[in-house]
Amino acid sequence: MEKSLDLINTRIRDGNALVVTADRMPDIVEELGIKGALEEVDVVTTGTFGAMCSSGAFMNFGHSDPPIRMERVWINDVEAYAGIAAVDAYIGATQESETQGIKYGGAHVMEDLVSGNSVHLRAQSKGTDCYPRKTIEIDLLAEDLNQAVMVNPRNAYQRYMAAINTTERPLYTYMGTLLPNSGNVSYSGAGMLSPIPNDPEFRTIGSGVPIFLCGAEGMIVGEGTQASPGSGFGTLMTTGNLKDMSKDFLRAATFTGYGSTLYVGLGVPIPVLDEDIVRRTAVRDEDIMTGIADYGVQGRDRPVIREVSYAELKSGMIDIGGEEVKTSSLSSFRKAKEVAGELKLSIENGQMELALPTRRINPTVIARPMRDSVHTPRVREIMNANVVTIYEDEEIGTAAKRLLRGETNHLPVLSREGKLVGIVTTFDVSKAVATTDKAKIVLDIMTKKVVSTSPGEAVDIAARKLEQHNISALPVVDAQGKLAGMLSAIDLGKLFEKRWKA
Amino acid sequence: MKLLVTFSRKGCKLPLIAHTVMKTGVLINVERAYIESMEGEVLIDVPDKDAALVSDTMKEAGARVKIMEDSVIRDESECVDCGACISVCPQDVLSFDDDWRLNIDGKKCILCGKCVIACPHNALSLLQ
Repeated sequence: MEKSLDLINTRIRDGNALVVTADRMPDIVEELGIKGALEEVDVVTTGTFGAMCSSGAFMNFGHSDPPIRMERVWINDVEAYAGIAAVDAYIGATQESETQGIKYGGAHVMEDLVSGNSVHLRAQSKGTDCYPRKTIEIDLLAEDLNQAVMVNPRNAYQRYMAAINTTERPLYTYMGTLLPNSGNVSYSGAGMLSPIPNDPEFRTIGSGVPIFLCGAEGMIVGEGTQASPGSGFGTLMTTGNLKDMSKDFLRAATFTGYGSTLYVGLGVPIPVLDEDIVRRTAVRDEDIMTGIADYGVQGRDRPVIREVSYAELKSGMIDIGGEEVKTSSLSSFRKAKEVAGELKLSIENGQMELALPTRRINPTVIARPMRDSVHTPRVREIMNANVVTIYEDEEIGTAAKRLLRGETNHLPVLSREGKLVGIVTTFDVSKAVATTDKAKIVLDIMTKKVVSTSPGEAVDIAARKLEQHNISALPVVDAQGKLAGMLSAIDLGKLFEKRWKA
Repeated sequence: MKLLVTFSRKGCKLPLIAHTVMKTGVLINVERAYIESMEGEVLIDVPDKDAALVSDTMKEAGARVKIMEDSVIRDESECVDCGACISVCPQDVLSFDDDWRLNIDGKKCILCGKCVIACPHNALSLLQ
């Protein structure tokens, strides 16, 4: 048996369509079977509510008299992109305020507009014969704008990699606070309620399909940017009228140490046309797998510590190498349920009819990393491989002589087995001499907690370590734990030498 | 029960914690301590039944004592029940109820402030 979209829409118009939220489907299918569920259920509503950085809105301010061609635009000190027609601009969620920093961003401008607050528009121009005005400043409400159209390039991620941090310092990321030493796991996404996991083949989710977007009726534009449904990371580009949206489903947020972002409430209705769709919408959290990536590795390809299902993530506790680690989400499952519930209501009330995609999203597409045409310099290329070292049991006086002879400020300290165990600086030696305490050998005065780098690490990452720890040199340690060289702040200068020669 | 004990170095010459333990026989768990040159603030945990006794003994010795209950304050209009605060808390103060609403058990809080930093919605603050 199959059901046509016309039949479903007729039932919606007549007020007797059966609409259920996606979290109910597994039980319904278990109770009624695939065939029974297909007969009974007409529409499954999905929902998600989480941080979606790739969001923003186009605005048209109307023309002033005399008119201005706005070249640069700020709203509440947040710059909007104005490289389009005279009084159009696009405000992006993650753009930061020039006066308040990450505490207030483009996302907050959108929340203010949706909440009915006035925003301060400031624009400048060089002035032309047709647009003579050079500056303008004015307070505006959402209702004063001709249009405020949300267009989000990348929403509704199919799933997210969960995040963990194996390093010894806390990390502040777009996945929230990651405690040191694998202290917690952070995840995002609504799992079985998320739109794409309920239709991973994109049979009903595609261009032109009506959706719930931040409390308003929106629409799917098509495939989202960076979409990679072929690897389980599909995304959607969405649009909707900002003026109709509600603060209940649109919230500005700030991730400490990262930046501002927008929490978007988004739901897609899925018409139950055939058995395949019934099967897909009966997906459970247990079936949706993702990986836990180590954000302690500051590269593009972060190692995956383990695979995990959304059911495990949502349980609040998972096992990492034999230890129980607390999990928590960045997206709100309660709000995701609310989104799916609101969408269900509006369909039951006949306020929204369904449509099939006018163009289908290709479910096999895989996003590629940036083409590797630019050579990223690695530590081994600029490090100093001829390093003067000292053993941990040698005398402090020996260290002093070696520092002098080596014309260096840093002596890596080795154990007799040749492993790096510490570092001694000219400061450490001077301090030992100045304070007449009992320190005799290097072991007594060396710094044992050494920040190090590896030969293959990108120089940019090593430079960030120098800056973060306020140090001027890093021992370079290879995969076997052996000292391969030293990277000092001075070595960084070599990069510029090369650039000029080339 | 958690008690926040504040004392000035001038007003309270006794080794306060040791004095209280000796006098009451109650085992005191010190969870946080800030000691400045002129004053100090210590967060202690004691069995509920002994709280009054410990509190009185410390007050006699010249300290101020406050019972900590609703230490974490949530702004309901900003919280979206995302749960970003849950896993960063060292004391299991924050959790979800069966309906995925955020639950706060303020009695366990040691005022570390990790949840305040982790909240993306600026919805959490600590009792001053």
